[in-house]
Amino acid sequence: MHYYKPQSFDEAVQIAASASGVTRFLAGGTDVLVQLRAGTVTPDHLIDLKLIPGVHDIARTEDGGWKIGIAVSGIDLGRHAELVAEWPGVVEGMSLVGSTQVQGRATLTGNLCNGSPAADSVPGLVTARATVTVVGPNGSREVAVEDIPAGPGRNVLQQGEIISAITLPPRGKNSGDAYLRFIPRTEMDIAVVGVAVSVTLDGDKIIAARVALGAVAPKVLVAADAAAALIGSTLDDAAIAALQAAVTAAAVPITDRRGTVEFRKDVVAVLAARAARIAYDRAKGAV
Amino acid sequence: MPKDELKSEYRLIGTRPDRPDGLDKVTGRARYGADMSLPGMLHAAVVRSPHAHAKILKIDASAALALDGVKAVITRADFPTGLTGEDWNLQENSMAGEVALYDGHAVAAVAATSRLLAEDAAKLIKVEYEVLPHVIDVDDALRMDAPVIRAGVGDHTVPEGSPPNVSKKIEFGHGDLEAGFAAADLIREQTYKTEATHQGYIEPHACVAQLGSDGKGEMWVCTQGQWYIRRMCSAVLGLEASQLRVTPSEIGGGFGGKTIIFMEALPLALSRKAGGKPVKLVMSRSDVLRATGPTASASMDVKLGMTKDGKITAAHVNFRMQGGAFVGASPVGEALSCALACYDIPAVMHEGVEVLANRPKAAAYRAPGSPMAAFAVESLVDEMCHELGLDPLDVRLKNAVHEGVKASYGPTYARIGLVEVLEATKKHPNLLAPLGPNQGRGIASGFWFNHGGETSVSLAIGEDGTVTVSIGTPDIGGSRASMSLMVAETLGIAYEAVRVNIVETGALGVNEPSHGSRATFASGKAAVEAARSAIREMCRRAAKEWGIEEEAVEWKDGAAMPAGPNAGKFPPMTIAEIGAKMGGTGGPISGHHETNADGVGASFGTHVVDVEVDPETGRTTILRYLVVQDAGTAIHPAYVEGQYQGGAVQGIGWALNEEYVYGANGRLQNAVFLDYRIPVASDLPMIDTVIVEVPNPGHPYGVRGVGETGITPPLPAIANAVAMATGARLRSLPLSPPKVLAAIKAKKG
Repeated sequence: MHYYKPQSFDEAVQIAASASGVTRFLAGGTDVLVQLRAGTVTPDHLIDLKLIPGVHDIARTEDGGWKIGIAVSGIDLGRHAELVAEWPGVVEGMSLVGSTQVQGRATLTGNLCNGSPAADSVPGLVTARATVTVVGPNGSREVAVEDIPAGPGRNVLQQGEIISAITLPPRGKNSGDAYLRFIPRTEMDIAVVGVAVSVTLDGDKIIAARVALGAVAPKVLVAADAAAALIGSTLDDAAIAALQAAVTAAAVPITDRRGTVEFRKDVVAVLAARAARIAYDRAKGAV
Repeated sequence: MPKDELKSEYRLIGTRPDRPDGLDKVTGRARYGADMSLPGMLHAAVVRSPHAHAKILKIDASAALALDGVKAVITRADFPTGLTGEDWNLQENSMAGEVALYDGHAVAAVAATSRLLAEDAAKLIKVEYEVLPHVIDVDDALRMDAPVIRAGVGDHTVPEGSPPNVSKKIEFGHGDLEAGFAAADLIREQTYKTEATHQGYIEPHACVAQLGSDGKGEMWVCTQGQWYIRRMCSAVLGLEASQLRVTPSEIGGGFGGKTIIFMEALPLALSRKAGGKPVKLVMSRSDVLRATGPTASASMDVKLGMTKDGKITAAHVNFRMQGGAFVGASPVGEALSCALACYDIPAVMHEGVEVLANRPKAAAYRAPGSPMAAFAVESLVDEMCHELGLDPLDVRLKNAVHEGVKASYGPTYARIGLVEVLEATKKHPNLLAPLGPNQGRGIASGFWFNHGGETSVSLAIGEDGTVTVSIGTPDIGGSRASMSLMVAETLGIAYEAVRVNIVETGALGVNEPSHGSRATFASGKAAVEAARSAIREMCRRAAKEWGIEEEAVEWKDGAAMPAGPNAGKFPPMTIAEIGAKMGGTGGPISGHHETNADGVGASFGTHVVDVEVDPETGRTTILRYLVVQDAGTAIHPAYVEGQYQGGAVQGIGWALNEEYVYGANGRLQNAVFLDYRIPVASDLPMIDTVIVEVPNPGHPYGVRGVGETGITPPLPAIANAVAMATGARLRSLPLSPPKVLAAIKAKKG
């Protein structure tokens, strides 16, 4: 195994582009090192991105959004008061990943690239319309977060391609988001179902909404019908019922050691309603 | 040091001094199994079967042996043949013979100069299998057409025509069952199931072993019983027991799972084949879950008769248990004996069978068999109390066993404390806490026999009057502290003046492991006797110096003194003075005691749990939890409370989320702690404890043993609480959210 510590993304791209065999990147390492120790993935090339300048920074973009470095840990994200105030749903998704120790290392980018359909931070990023900057041998491009996962344990990045930052758009007024997951315990677990909801209000009325579902499909699911069920409503009972029907219909879960198809379809509806109420209250400034 | 709130006539017993092992453990200085290393040591890796049941056709290790640094590969061919009974079981489980019997069964092992190299080499060992049909579930294993795990396993107790995997049948009881049921106003019969669960100790099995061609060996190992390791490894490898010296490491939990061998014979065999170099083997968590003893899974019928005022008139239990692919591994006998032990019932009948399945060899797990039995019986008692509109605590008091009652499993009870436990429970403020919507309260009692067993203890007086105690039962639950307290109390010296060491097999006579809640009872009893023996010798030394009769000297407050005015006028001779000059007064002073400790006192407990169930997701939250249990005497109350809380927490895990999940291919699907869901700290409220003290007359300080009873009531207590919270009665564990939600939905229709 070869281990590299590039000082820039250009250098990292060069190393990755010319590497043969299995390449893995280290941002937090909380998945890569576990897979390495378990013997499930033994990389030929391990490229450590943590030393590249800026990867630990959270910075305001010119248009009022946020640029989040790829090595920003869950704890640093959770301690950033402005970011938490604007995107509580994004931050609470990340803060649910792992233990306190894991939180000191784990990153949004790593959670995304790991490709788990149950990744807790991904639905919140999707409802936020977050994008990632992908750098590679052919230059850089912006890609929507939901377009990165390719299925369990896989992503769409080609050889030599690396995510260099995550960008959140400006939050805008009268908006709120929330992420909820179901686990049988209280922490240290993998989502059996995850739901993120983001809404923007005009008065009491929802004028924009996004709903994303985790752990009920091979990759994160954008539930457009569920969002449509919310738009134009004041989150009344009929809208909640329509939201629940839409997410249950959209979910295509499997039965495995963590839950059954029936249970996941039931619980995705429960969590969607609960997350929508939290997001709505946050948009109203009630919480 | 503040005396505890418990009433005690003792100077030290009942206080809560710092634990002697505390500083080592919090500073990382304590040496656990994997901390041992030796010069020139090799590292081992094990090749395990990926199949639940498969014939081993061929093992080709040539590619592994060709690697530079690989020193030895072993298969079953490296073990002696001709073993029988449990020795054969242990050998077969250590290394598969012709057939791999479960997912994770060892088929080969390799020793190399580094752990990584050993793991790489293990991947190069090619094993050809012929996959056979398998069976996992206990009821499936009992079918006449189930895949046969081993022909002819049934012993003389198994009637002809029984299903082929039945290995044992048990029946016992007393009283007129028919008349008992005829006297009942309500008769109910239900079936209950529990899944296998693992002990879940933090420390995986680990050892360093060395064995020369001369048959002399040494081993450093994480275990609950160094003599059991010695005997079992010797049997499996054909060694002379006394040539193998076994030193126990500090231990990170055992709960019964470290009383037998799983992989310990492998590094010995590898060492012998690698020219006597020491070999280290440390299991991964996945190996621990796949290939070390979980407990049995159970399927249980219970039939009870009750009068309308709550008297239980008759009981009939019929249990089926699988403990893996090995005869005698299930605790079906213990389960039957514990099932009705809390109740004074005129007519009882117990029936049970053990059946083999393609699962790992079950090991003891904290009160083996009793939690499952309690789940079945205490659930049905609760169901019938509700049906008859009776208070479940009053019904338990009405039927409670006490001194002089013939136990359901045969003997007549000596002094026991169930009634005192139930009365203390009734008075506890937790029973008055108001319950909100979707909340429920569950009550259940439980029992464990406790155990005496083979015990040997030595104690030596130091040159400065301090005392060293050599104990053969590893400290898995605070026994060094309790031994120190009992020895210091007996000798009349300070707690800090006693050091208790857990010693290797060469240092004492044979000791049984720390099992059966016996360490503080049996090693404690022997340590007190050893101290008394040293006191007698110290009195002799003083008598000699004073020139008076031995009988004229008594021991008080850590010193010899004349037994009265007629004995003569001499100032007290302290233990320090006696120790300082013992070289000139007759030589070293020690005390020793060995026994098959009798006088065991059973321990009963009652738990009360409040839960809230999310009606939309089926998820259960534990709101309040109370443990009330008879300790006999609490030597170190903080440790007693720790045992109560630990038992409750393991029971909570078993009740709510822990289970072995197998795929259709018979492979374990959740061999990591991420998916084998033991409770995490944030899942739990503070576990409230009440120590009831009804001293055991069979122990010098009244000890009963407290380690195991605490895991027996939680399974039914939680199921009873969930039933009250949801209106849905679940008779199959775990009460995982998908099952609870399905039950809630089914009830709504």
